[in-house]
Amino acid sequence: MQQFFQALTTGLADGSIYASLALALVLIYKATEVINFAQGEMAMFTTYIAYALYTHPHFGHTLPYWWMFAVTLALAFVFGVGLQRVVIRPLERASVLTVVMATIALLVILQGAAEWIWSPELKFFPSPFPTSTWVVGGVHISKQDTGTFGVTLACVLVLWLFFRFTKLGLAMRAGAVNPAAARLLGVRTSWLLALGWGFAAVLGAVSGMMSAPTQFLSPTMMDAVLIFAFAGAILGGLESPVGAVAGGLGIGILLSMLGTYVHAVTPELRLPVALAILLVVLLVRPAGLLGRVVVRRV
Amino acid sequence: MAPLLELNEVSARYGQVAALHGVSLAVDEGEIVALLGANGAGKTTTLRAVSGIVRRTGDVVFAGKRLRGGPEATARAGIAHVPEGRGIFAELTVWENLRMGAYMRRGRRPDLTTVLEYFPWLEARRNQQAGTLSGGEQQMLALARAFLQRPRLLMLDEPSLGLAPLITREVFRVVGDLNEKEGLAVLVVEQNAAIALAAARRAYVLETGNVATSGDADALKSNNAVRTAYLGY
Ligand SMILES: Nc1ncnc2c1ncn2[C@@H]1O[C@H](COP(=O)(O)OP(=O)(O)OP(=O)(O)O)[C@@H](O)[C@H]1O
Ligand SMILES: [Mg+2]
Repeated sequence: MQQFFQALTTGLADGSIYASLALALVLIYKATEVINFAQGEMAMFTTYIAYALYTHPHFGHTLPYWWMFAVTLALAFVFGVGLQRVVIRPLERASVLTVVMATIALLVILQGAAEWIWSPELKFFPSPFPTSTWVVGGVHISKQDTGTFGVTLACVLVLWLFFRFTKLGLAMRAGAVNPAAARLLGVRTSWLLALGWGFAAVLGAVSGMMSAPTQFLSPTMMDAVLIFAFAGAILGGLESPVGAVAGGLGIGILLSMLGTYVHAVTPELRLPVALAILLVVLLVRPAGLLGRVVVRRV
Repeated sequence: MAPLLELNEVSARYGQVAALHGVSLAVDEGEIVALLGANGAGKTTTLRAVSGIVRRTGDVVFAGKRLRGGPEATARAGIAHVPEGRGIFAELTVWENLRMGAYMRRGRRPDLTTVLEYFPWLEARRNQQAGTLSGGEQQMLALARAFLQRPRLLMLDEPSLGLAPLITREVFRVVGDLNEKEGLAVLVVEQNAAIALAAARRAYVLETGNVATSGDADALKSNNAVRTAYLGY
């Protein structure tokens, strides 16, 4: 029992990190059919920005954690919008493949920049949550895991509310379905795409700041996380935000359960196992678990 | 009085292929004008040139101002364009589609109920996914959405496409209603020349990117060339 709940909470915590990154991928994919390979590096870079704030000689240690968190999210938003305006928008008329290449270039540039500015060595990153546990009915529940899960899903929920209930959110959904028609209704779709990149960067920053405390901060820290997030997004069908969140959580729980109950799955084997599962799912259901097969419009 | 919309020697091309060679036409305040022509004559391209979807040369003047910029800017200037294929947001609900019609309006919850006067059946369908509506209903939804833009000019691209004759007549009845009661000017592209000429006051006939004939709808109905080419009797 104890073991099961421990695996479950750890799985949910990890899974929520994958889920938020998967959602960021889906956000950009749905609007532009581009897979943003730089998503992990954007997350890593904004986490370094949080680190820079945290260790800043003047206001560093006087700044409460949640202030740093909020300021980082705001900066991440500006960063995401800026990337879209400077790097992606000039490629508006280019093919999807060109844009994908640009995101790969961005990946390499961000990683190099982070190494250059902050050095590749591992850095300690603070957690807002205590390392202690709650004991509920004889089961220990990690506060760190619960907090991570709560914060990440809260961000996802806020985003969902935005898309569901605001005019701008509706316009973003409309623009993703039929950009040409949206423009005919007066929607400045180009700016909405920038907004989408801003949100994706914010989700990335959340996942980065939530995963850095347990695995330390480094320029490559999001590499594996991004792959798990990809797996989650693809499981969810790549077009479905709900699917991405469910897929991310599913991957997290699955890996945690495998690590706990199947002793052959050592930490080094997590990545190959996740990819093997992904492959099997895609072979059985090419559109992902929640996706539907889309007939391409030409 | 200057016309509401005026095209002056408008040309447009797709890559190397020229689609419009200096089209000039005008739509007056409050009138319905039909744009006829065979497949590939450039009707759709004319509307797209006005909206700024395709690059154009030549002037487009609307309500006394030269239009410039893309479709967003044209919509903001007061032109609603229901494109070929209707431009419905298939994954959104009927009501969400209508809310998108009012996108340019200020205020968080603009009043959409005015649309029910012309399209009362939308009320019962408000939560239905727009993609699951029938073709005729989708065309009506596109019209309703365009109406909510509060345009001064409505541009319709083949509203009859794929619709049964009865539904087509219904669509044109609503267009006529909007024109009469709201004073909405309409520029309508049609293959179905008979119904378009019945609704319109004036018409232009395009041939390979040029205006071949134009005049009062009644005169065109009895014009022999137009009759044999587009009316089929
Ligand atoms: N996207 C495009 N790329 C290249 N050529 C195009 C494109 N769209 C239209 N054309 C060409 O431009 C010309 C005018 O096309 P347009 O769509 O305006 O005709 P239309 O009068 O609307 O015809 P229809 O009644 O069939 O809709 C045609 O020769 C067509 O092949
Ligand atoms: Mg056409």
